[in-house]
Amino acid sequence: MRFIINGQSVERALDARTSLLDLLRDHLHLTGTKKGCNQGACGACTVLVEGERINACLALAVQYQERPITTIEGLGEEVALHPLQRAFIEHDGFQCGYCTPGQICSAVGMMAEAGRGVPSAVTADLDGDSVDLTHDELRERMSGNLCRCGAHNGIIEAIQAAMAPAPAQAAPVKEDAR
Amino acid sequence: MSLIRDAIDAVRRLVPEALPGALPSEAPPDPLIDARRVIGTPLSRVDGPLKVAGKARFAAEVPLDGLVYAALRYSAVARGRIAVLDTAAAEAAPGVLLVMTHRNAPRLSPPPLMMADPRGAAASSLPVMQDATIRWNGEPVALVVAATQEQAEHAASLIRIDYEAEAAALSFDAAKPHAAPPGDILGEPTTIKVGDAEAAVAGAAFRVDRIYRTPRHNHCAIEPHAVTVAWEGDSLTIHDATQMVHLTRSTMAAVFGIAEEQVRVLSPFVGGGFGNKAVWNHHVLAAAAARMVNRPVRLALSREGVFRATGGRTLTEQRVALGAKADGTLAGLIHSGVTGITSHNQCPEQFSFPARHLYAADSFLITQSAVELDMVANTFMRAPGESIGTFALESAIDELAETMGLDPVELRRRLEPERDPTSGLAFSSRHLVEAYRRGAERFGWDRRNPTPRARRDGDWLIGQGVATATYPYYRMPGGEARIRLRADGHAVVQMAAHEMGMGTATVQAQQAAERLGLPVERVTFEYGDSALPRGTLAGGSSQSASIAAAVAAAQAVLVEQLLRLAGNDSPLAGLKPAEVEARDGGLCYRDDPRRCESYASILRRAGQDELVAEAAAPPPAETQAYSMHSYGAQFCELRVNAVTGETRVTRWVGSFNTGRILNPKTAASQFRGGIIMGLGLALTEETLFDERTGRIMNPSLADYHVPVHLDVPEIDVIWNDIPDPHSPLGLHGIGEIGITGVGAAVANAVHNATGIRVRELPITLDKLL
Ligand code: FES
Ligand code: FES
Repeated sequence: MRFIINGQSVERALDARTSLLDLLRDHLHLTGTKKGCNQGACGACTVLVEGERINACLALAVQYQERPITTIEGLGEEVALHPLQRAFIEHDGFQCGYCTPGQICSAVGMMAEAGRGVPSAVTADLDGDSVDLTHDELRERMSGNLCRCGAHNGIIEAIQAAMAPAPAQAAPVKEDAR
Repeated sequence: MSLIRDAIDAVRRLVPEALPGALPSEAPPDPLIDARRVIGTPLSRVDGPLKVAGKARFAAEVPLDGLVYAALRYSAVARGRIAVLDTAAAEAAPGVLLVMTHRNAPRLSPPPLMMADPRGAAASSLPVMQDATIRWNGEPVALVVAATQEQAEHAASLIRIDYEAEAAALSFDAAKPHAAPPGDILGEPTTIKVGDAEAAVAGAAFRVDRIYRTPRHNHCAIEPHAVTVAWEGDSLTIHDATQMVHLTRSTMAAVFGIAEEQVRVLSPFVGGGFGNKAVWNHHVLAAAAARMVNRPVRLALSREGVFRATGGRTLTEQRVALGAKADGTLAGLIHSGVTGITSHNQCPEQFSFPARHLYAADSFLITQSAVELDMVANTFMRAPGESIGTFALESAIDELAETMGLDPVELRRRLEPERDPTSGLAFSSRHLVEAYRRGAERFGWDRRNPTPRARRDGDWLIGQGVATATYPYYRMPGGEARIRLRADGHAVVQMAAHEMGMGTATVQAQQAAERLGLPVERVTFEYGDSALPRGTLAGGSSQSASIAAAVAAAQAVLVEQLLRLAGNDSPLAGLKPAEVEARDGGLCYRDDPRRCESYASILRRAGQDELVAEAAAPPPAETQAYSMHSYGAQFCELRVNAVTGETRVTRWVGSFNTGRILNPKTAASQFRGGIIMGLGLALTEETLFDERTGRIMNPSLADYHVPVHLDVPEIDVIWNDIPDPHSPLGLHGIGEIGITGVGAAVANAVHNATGIRVRELPITLDKLL
């Protein structure tokens, strides 16, 4: 079977039962994509297929041959991070970091959905060409990505900061205390 | 808690005649108690780039040559025996290397129990897969090793197991009449009695006497438990997700009858712990299987496996009775109740702890008892006891305030004690009234309407509530740190500590940099490996204080070594350790800052590339001399839908007194994380236990509801930042205080919104209709 992952073509002979998530983690050692539940409930395994976010644990690898897949490793590297990855660091959008790759991939897919006008449960205008990502829209649309450490505030702030048009510098940190 | 008892004993050995209050109160405060060069700066996490790039490697992600995969089968009855066990089909399935059951598992010693055995990390002392007996529904009864995960799981499903079930103790209500007090509660007395509290409450001008119930909870760290294990001869390496690398090492050594030095435990990143990442059956089973197949084995629990084969917070029924005099002070305070435990663990769920320290009263009756149930060992979960104890106590205080027509913040001010009300010890650092004052101001509490059901916005009833947060200060004994100071002016500080999201690599580098007088960029903190100097467990919000004390001890040794090395040609010549301080990348004479020499210069002159100093932390004597706790005030605003009963939390202010904060960025996240887990505790979380079969009915993240983004408002956290003069660096750990008081603040706000008192968590829609 042939897969296109982060722009690279890879071939693997696989058990037909292998999920896309296990292909990535166990067979290709792309362990940035996380397994939190293996049943579509936590979003830790979120990857982008042709730009759309999916739960890799609910996808059989065999169905995703020849389709461009982007994982966290393809979004940015430690030395050349995606703006959203940088914003997550700046706004402390994680603690343990286990849900983080899924949150980031999900946020990338989510922004594209909103840009296409895909409505959510809290969207007032269902006919718009694009959706204004308010605080409620962001929280609703990110609710498929669980975070048990409770980094929710930082995650939403990071997404807002990454969406903000220029300046590309880090946004000021909210004065937290004292 | 044997660890705490050990600490107490260690202190008593040091000063055999000592009376409380007579010993370390004489110890001068840490000289760095006010240092703010590096401490207190909002440094971003140093491991942030790794984590956001997906390059932080967790236990189930370590690649090893020849790795094979394991899967478990769990018992379907709560008590009984395996009667029929047919593994033939599984053994014949493709890819299978081993089917392990009690019949062929190696003979192993029972794991030493956490909090009971000084070596122990095991959450249960039951032997692992050693006989046909079943002790809980979900106990692992078979393990399959195969070439792939899919093959292992499929083969595990082919094993045929029939049980002879026996009657099991599963109903909490049925067991309650037989509740008995445990021997002690983590080293504290089970019962505290001062005066006749029953009579005082009965005769008081104002009375509240209520029963509160809290359900089972599960930690639900997003990373499920996993180990990747490999043997080399008689030496075992475990890549683990653990909060206690050294105790895991000693536990596994005891189980396999090998020396501790033959076990190495690595755990550089843990995807959330919250108390659950100790030694459970899967550690033992994976290591036994790896030995049998002579290959490295990975055993990653499924989410269902995490719910069924590792425990959570147990359920409680609590009584709080308060009797107040007309002036708003308490004549009597009663907090009693029952928890469910097992015969094979030591985790009492100390819900009665907050009432021992929070409020002044003329008389007290504080006691808790327990019933033994046939279930997976319950365990420590974020603020065990305090999280749910404050739900009962702080709900009752709110009820009393209402009965008396007093503002609940004002009532708490009147109840403020001068000394610890039950131990009589002086508080090391309390400032709860100040936390209330600042929190109330930030929240706008003075604009609250005290009349229930008085504010409305369409279908939404709006309410505001408040409650006290409290959690003890702990510092664990036995920690050791090593400092490797290099001639290039960089220091590596090593201690086998843990990172589960607290920001360990970042914050501990900050405090070590402050201690060493180095820029933080030139300090690396290494942790998470049992080959490093002995770490203490990450629990009880103790880790930062434990590390700070060990690093301070190692730095004192380092200073002695540096002065000796500096010799007579140094500007420091002739100075004693007490006369110098670490500053600007070297040492300086305290009284004359011009007499300085850099570390680099001292080491170069001596022709050394590196200087290594190692020391153990002194025993935590401070906790014997003072009542040491963190405190806080939790303010909640929420809306309850009058039609559907749905509760939405809209605003939160948490105002804390937790000693000094090392890093405001990571600290804010820890406080918020605790509060958010508290929102789950208040509104949605409940592990459903089938009292007919002992099976957990919602073992999934789809059915056990943790807060999601839309449940979480912006959470405002502030802190007093007053150093505790009796703790290292003036700090308190902050991992747990955030969750305390949250359940009550929400319940009190729900009452303010609706007029309904909910005394049983979680506050689901049905209870408000
Ligand atoms: S692992 Fe895929 S949604 Fe949880
Ligand atoms: S950062 Fe730990 S689960 Fe989100």
